[in-house]
Amino acid sequence: MIKSDMLKPKHQRLVLLGVAVVALLGAALLAVWALRHQASYFYVPSDIVSHPPESDRAVRLGGMVVKGSMHNAPDGVTVRFLVSDGKAQVPVRFAGIRPALFVEGSGVVAEGHLVAGTFVADNLLAKHDEKYVPREMKDMGAARKAVAQTQ
Amino acid sequence: MLAELGLAALWLAAALAALQLGAGMLAITPKGAELAGIVRPLAVVQGVLVALAFAALVSRFAVTDLSVKLVAENSHSAKPMIYKIAGTWGNHEGSMLLWVTIMGLAGGFVALVERRLPERTMLATLGGQAFVSLGFYAFLLLASNPFERLNPVPAEGNGLNPLLQDPGLAFHPPTLYVGYVGLSVAFSFAIGALITREVGPAFARAMRPWVLGAWIFLTLGITAGSYWAYYVLGWGGWWFWDPVENASLMPWLAATALLHSCSVLASRNALRAWTVMLGVVAFSMSMVGTFLVRSGILTSVHAFAVDPKRGSFILALLAINIGAALVLFGLRASTVSEGERFAVTSREGALVFNNVMLSSILGIVLLGTLYPLVTEAMGVKVSVGPPYFTPMSAVFAVPMLVVMAVGPLLRWRRDRLARVRAGLLLPLAASVLAAVLAGLHGGVALMPFIGLTLAPGVVVASLLPLRGRRLRHVPLATWGMVVAHLGIGVALMGMACDSAFSVQRLVAARVGESTMVGPWAVKLAGVAPVAGQNWTALEGDLVASRDGSGPVRLAPQSRTFWAPVQTTSVSALHTVWDGQLYTVLGDEVADDAGDMPTPASDLAHSRWQLRLWWKPFVPLIWAGGALVALGGALALLGRLATDLRRYVARGKIVDRKQRQALARGERA
Repeated sequence: MIKSDMLKPKHQRLVLLGVAVVALLGAALLAVWALRHQASYFYVPSDIVSHPPESDRAVRLGGMVVKGSMHNAPDGVTVRFLVSDGKAQVPVRFAGIRPALFVEGSGVVAEGHLVAGTFVADNLLAKHDEKYVPREMKDMGAARKAVAQTQ
Repeated sequence: MLAELGLAALWLAAALAALQLGAGMLAITPKGAELAGIVRPLAVVQGVLVALAFAALVSRFAVTDLSVKLVAENSHSAKPMIYKIAGTWGNHEGSMLLWVTIMGLAGGFVALVERRLPERTMLATLGGQAFVSLGFYAFLLLASNPFERLNPVPAEGNGLNPLLQDPGLAFHPPTLYVGYVGLSVAFSFAIGALITREVGPAFARAMRPWVLGAWIFLTLGITAGSYWAYYVLGWGGWWFWDPVENASLMPWLAATALLHSCSVLASRNALRAWTVMLGVVAFSMSMVGTFLVRSGILTSVHAFAVDPKRGSFILALLAINIGAALVLFGLRASTVSEGERFAVTSREGALVFNNVMLSSILGIVLLGTLYPLVTEAMGVKVSVGPPYFTPMSAVFAVPMLVVMAVGPLLRWRRDRLARVRAGLLLPLAASVLAAVLAGLHGGVALMPFIGLTLAPGVVVASLLPLRGRRLRHVPLATWGMVVAHLGIGVALMGMACDSAFSVQRLVAARVGESTMVGPWAVKLAGVAPVAGQNWTALEGDLVASRDGSGPVRLAPQSRTFWAPVQTTSVSALHTVWDGQLYTVLGDEVADDAGDMPTPASDLAHSRWQLRLWWKPFVPLIWAGGALVALGGALALLGRLATDLRRYVARGKIVDRKQRQALARGERA
């Protein structure tokens, strides 16, 4: 009895090591599998127009809010606007309190789903303060310029 | 002048750290033995110097000395004093200085009081501590000098991000840093023990208070940070799996595992190499966390500044420290002799399970946090959020919580499940009852259902170790365990209730209109402008009543700061015994598209966006977090009291022996 449920010290160490390695490997495999399915991809309008994601997939859309495109719905909380990267435009719908720095002509990253050609945003990330710019927005100098020139 | 003194003190402290490293490493060799005497004093003086440097920087912020570049960039003369002082660490350079200050003070404190370990291990430990500090000194002095002057002196400073102008900020980062740095002491102990091959119960007992202390502060820091995000961001959520939140969660997970394996090593002399490894991992996670936060490499609501150069500096530090520690571990692990044996069904077995599950959750969180970096290197931008983190960590957290209910009832070394089976009926009954109630309520999604089922069982089971014992005789450390485990159950209950039963309403209301949210009727009674020291705001006057009971007034604001110019919404909360009413005032609604907002005189006639939540039992989340920290504090007090008693007893024995010898001498 005593011998059977206790291992020799050296074996115990090996078993412990084995258990830890197996659990960690299991966790890593599970993580990799889940990440492939759950990661939310970042799109700019021209991508989302050419390769629309499935509607059950959470994605993020970044671009400039087109000037003059913002419309408030009669319910007072829903807003519709167009997001552009200079090549394509995507209509976006958002219900909620907008971030303070969210205005026409500024950059925005929207989190949500694409439903029948309209991007339904659950959340809007605008520039958080003077120093903080979402990394995705930094590469969009060209898009910003293009938007400015077309208006 | 004070800025230059601070800089000089910092350079001196760095030089002393270099000396401490050299002397500590030489002193453990037979040739350098005479250097042993200077290592402890060096650590103490280094701690004092770096504290002086930090005090110098705080004084510059307190008087808003705009000739110091850091102050000019991050402070403003029209700020309340508490935020001027807190602003010292509300930026990159200041927070790194705070880090080395805490590290220097901790090292000095260890050098001053820790006498239980063999002196050679202590020397190696202090040498290791100096090695880690030296990297951070180099980082500060070469890449982020906090005392840099500015010429010409600007007329006014840039101010502090309004989101950070909150009492939470004053305490949140220092709390987390104390936690991170406490783990650096544990790391140094692990290094010291590996170098001198003294991995045993004495090492675990010396390390344990530091791990416990660090863990208490990490728990408090995470809990406070979560509440801060909850009410400051105004999104109604309390955990976003944001990279910066994960950066604080990962060291906590590692520290929790380390804490438990440490107690196995201290009381049973088992899990030797394992504990050392966790000591290395825990501090590595602190450094990974610092790297993620400080480099701004990941998109985060918390990232202050993006500076790739600094990121690579911390990455290099990380690689050097962890790499060196792992090489040392690889070389020495095989010479760490095997620990005591134990059966699968035993307290040790349960704690090993806890360790493995915690490490797996750590792996899940780490991979999820780093994944966007990996894909970005391959040209694909992704973000990873709750749909990944929540279920994946639950896969490991749920079995861990079940074992947490059973583990404390098991005996050390070997036990039979049959012995504890009867005791487990009570928590099982609580869980089944909760599951039935949740099922009857209906409409509860899978994750919150699991939480609602598990939490009452965990709460009941956490109290079982007290059963049949006289409460006055239960050791303080056991109380600590009970309270901390209870806290986990309570927090889980809060999380599950929040995601299962929260009600949200989003409306555009005219003054005088009422909105129902859950059991509450919330009326917008008016909107009026108000002003503070460095902001102006529009303040909503909300009158909330529940089932006709007496009205409660809430005043959410939309606040505009003028340095820097920025608008934030300040939520208003009303807490009752069974939940929280959470209100946010949004924008004024222009009735026709493109209309200009109505003039201020017309505030009462337009519509205002309101976001209202009724969140049943949500405060349990932070109450649970506070209980966990309290449990840690009780355990720490209990351990320290025991240590002190032993110390005093040993002193008495020495004393008695001396007196006996003296008496013998007189007789002779």
